[in-house]
Amino acid sequence: MTHATDSGPTPVLALDGVSKSFGAVRALRGVSLELLPGEVHALAGENGAGKSTLIKILAGVHRPDAGRVLLDGAAAAFHGPADARDAGIAVIYQEPTLFPDLSIAENIFMGRQPRRALGLLDHRAMLTATAALMARLGVALDPERPARGLSIADQQIVEIAKALSFDARVLIMDEPTAALTGSEVARLFAVVRTLREQGAAVLFISHRLEEIFAIAQRVTTLRDGAWIASEPVDGMTEDDLVRRMVGRDLDELYPKQDVVPGEVALSVRRLTREGVFTDVSFEVRRGEIVGLAGLVGAGRTEVARAVFGVDRWDGGEVDLDGRRLVNGAPSVAMAAGLALVPEDRRAQGLVMGMSIERNIALTGLRTTVRAGLMDRAAERRRSVDWAVRLRVKHARIADAVSTLSGGNQQKVVLAKWLATGPKVLIVDEPTRGIDVGTKAEVHRLLGELAADGVAIVMISSDLPEILGMADRVLVMHEGRIAAEIPRAEATEEAVMAAATGRAA
Amino acid sequence: MTVTTPTPTPATEVPSSNGARLVDRVFKMRELAILVVFLAMIAITQAGNSEFLSEQGIKDLLLNATILVLVATGQALVVITRNVDLSVGSTLGISAFAAGTYLQGGGSSVVAVLLAVALGIGCGLLNGALVSLGQVPALVVTLGTLYIIRGVDSIWVGSRQITAADLPGGFVDFGSGGVFAVPYLALIALAVLVATAFCLKHLGGGRELYALGSNPEAARLAGIPLRRRILTAYTVCGALTGLAGALYLARFGNVDSATGNGYELTVVSAVVVGGVVFTGGSGSVYGAALGALLLTSINSVLPALGVSSVWVMAINGFLLVLAIAVDRVVALRVARALRKRAVSSSNGRSGRRA
Ligand SMILES: Nc1ncnc2c1ncn2[C@@H]1O[C@H](COP(=O)(O)OP(=O)(O)OP(=O)(O)O)[C@@H](O)[C@H]1O
Ligand SMILES: [Mg+2]
Repeated sequence: MTHATDSGPTPVLALDGVSKSFGAVRALRGVSLELLPGEVHALAGENGAGKSTLIKILAGVHRPDAGRVLLDGAAAAFHGPADARDAGIAVIYQEPTLFPDLSIAENIFMGRQPRRALGLLDHRAMLTATAALMARLGVALDPERPARGLSIADQQIVEIAKALSFDARVLIMDEPTAALTGSEVARLFAVVRTLREQGAAVLFISHRLEEIFAIAQRVTTLRDGAWIASEPVDGMTEDDLVRRMVGRDLDELYPKQDVVPGEVALSVRRLTREGVFTDVSFEVRRGEIVGLAGLVGAGRTEVARAVFGVDRWDGGEVDLDGRRLVNGAPSVAMAAGLALVPEDRRAQGLVMGMSIERNIALTGLRTTVRAGLMDRAAERRRSVDWAVRLRVKHARIADAVSTLSGGNQQKVVLAKWLATGPKVLIVDEPTRGIDVGTKAEVHRLLGELAADGVAIVMISSDLPEILGMADRVLVMHEGRIAAEIPRAEATEEAVMAAATGRAA
Repeated sequence: MTVTTPTPTPATEVPSSNGARLVDRVFKMRELAILVVFLAMIAITQAGNSEFLSEQGIKDLLLNATILVLVATGQALVVITRNVDLSVGSTLGISAFAAGTYLQGGGSSVVAVLLAVALGIGCGLLNGALVSLGQVPALVVTLGTLYIIRGVDSIWVGSRQITAADLPGGFVDFGSGGVFAVPYLALIALAVLVATAFCLKHLGGGRELYALGSNPEAARLAGIPLRRRILTAYTVCGALTGLAGALYLARFGNVDSATGNGYELTVVSAVVVGGVVFTGGSGSVYGAALGALLLTSINSVLPALGVSSVWVMAINGFLLVLAIAVDRVVALRVARALRKRAVSSSNGRSGRRA
């Protein structure tokens, strides 16, 4: 399976028996892969299977310990990301890598800006090209605005624009859709199809299996760093793919338990933040899971942040268990039993340089203090317990969170907040970048929490997830709640209609 | 197969950019604010002492600022990359003395200036190499080179001293001469400032300094040669400091082994007061230059108003804290404005789709 057969076209880019270890962790073990021109190749595998590591080797970020990278059939030695880029390889990394102080246009063209005479930068050309890219992706981001403060979805869009902005023969995308909703994904896929027809080779990673079936022609599966299979997508089912990834059959994906809702736990009335969201009112009862749906930028994350107190609101009130929450005071909200799992794990959720153990323990500092001192043993027990429950794949619990794969970092954020034993839990994109197996686990966990009487607000761009888990769906459109749909009537069409403002 | 081939989507023209304008305005405002404070201060002083803005008064004001402006410009480059150069005081001292001894022996003025610049470049290269290769925080590395360069300087200079009498007349005259009230030295500093600002905005390497200060990891992934850029920033900083050393000699004519002692703190204050953020990635050399102008003129303003100069330090410190506080408030405001802007633009987006 490793060498180009004499029948097919030469792969533009290929890996031949590549291995890579980080200390004791063997991230890749003798993996081979061929990217053909005019083909979208998907890469599937659980969290920590080695997908991002593989991509970083193709991108020249990591050097393989063994094996070769082949460019047009000849061995290539990439000494850094610039070499890979000059060879026509465009990469979207799993974690957005933007310059917060620079404009979107500069972010897109950094390192290869258009020049005028004398090597001077052509700022105008850069802005025009950026505007054209944004139009092509169907988004209205201002090219001159700095990247600071962009939502995760918008950051991902900038990353996509960056990759599209140059003459790429190979386009590599590590979970580009993780934070995007259906419409953005459709736009991206349209662009990818055009590129493919023009002869580009595309490598695509996603934990949303339906996306793999929608866009890819071949799929390669990795498990624990080892190559499992490379096969055409035609004729495969999602179950086949899951079995390759996980090595067993999977439990039901949305194990929703029916819970009789108790009294009102969280009540939000006429909440307004000027220019961001307006007149948002809703209630969540004990044992209830309320889904918050809407397009990227509809204001869902912003409502969650305001309710929790990280952002101030300009009008309205929030009650938790009958207690009025204080505007802009997360510590009051936490003390009252509110927890928020934020969407941006790197910026808001984790202390990247700190160990897994300490990150999980951070929120529980108060409960693990004994006689004024931190009880390290209790802290460790609790952290290990949660890491195991969420199947965080790690070498040692004392390792820095930054060494974990993207999906496993997300699990640590979840563990950190679930460990506080909240009465009301707001989760913002709880399964972003989490593999199918663990997704089911997270859903089971949320279901159990609800059964224990926790009130849950779930924000998700993954519509099937909302439909599968929520008792009620609130749909936001342009900063307002556009519709409230009970579980029985919640269909994909109904939600999308309200989200795009088509509903009455 | 070009990805920029025309697509069915009509390319819109650059959308109007309230967000960017606002941010732009804020940064301009930041520089404007210093200018306003500066002008107000000058006006008040003039009102209290009509002698203050005489031709000689203006000249002194500009002369005093010149040297600090040059060094602050260089320092700003380094701070933009999320580093710092604490050795500028020592570099200034040693290059001033080198130029002085050379002139004492009857050398030409131009070569003396070049010598000072070359020595500055040497110090800058040393700093840049240590910081970019050593993976040691710049604060620690340049604290080390501060003492090393000062030590070498002391051993070499000993108790010797250069005075204006040892220097060629033309050199000293150049140091105090000018066009009307504008000293030649200030013109040199202005030219350097404008050139540096131009390079920062219009050369790829200039933007890359901002990029690597803003997010080093992303800069690495964008294929920016981090070490080379950091080395360049330190080298330019060293060169400007060396030049400042030569001008210091021309202005004061008096150099010994203590010249430039403690100067680094004034320089860093000027840069921060001027709005160059210490965590890298933002600010401008114009801001740094204005900061330098503001700090040095306090030295002239207080005596003119009859206030004891013991207040100078306290006021400098106050300005520094005020500047940082203002930056923090402005940053929060901008973040808020951007968030609103982001939401309303995405709303526009979904609205269009509907
Ligand atoms: N810099 C690093 N240092 C130490 N270990 C690392 C490093 N990068 C990755 N790893 C480890 O290598 C393994 C593979 O990680 P990788 O990021 O490739 O997974 P992935 O398949 O992309 O997972 P996900 O779906 O969660 O993104 C993981 O066990 C991870 O902890
Ligand atoms: Mg990954």
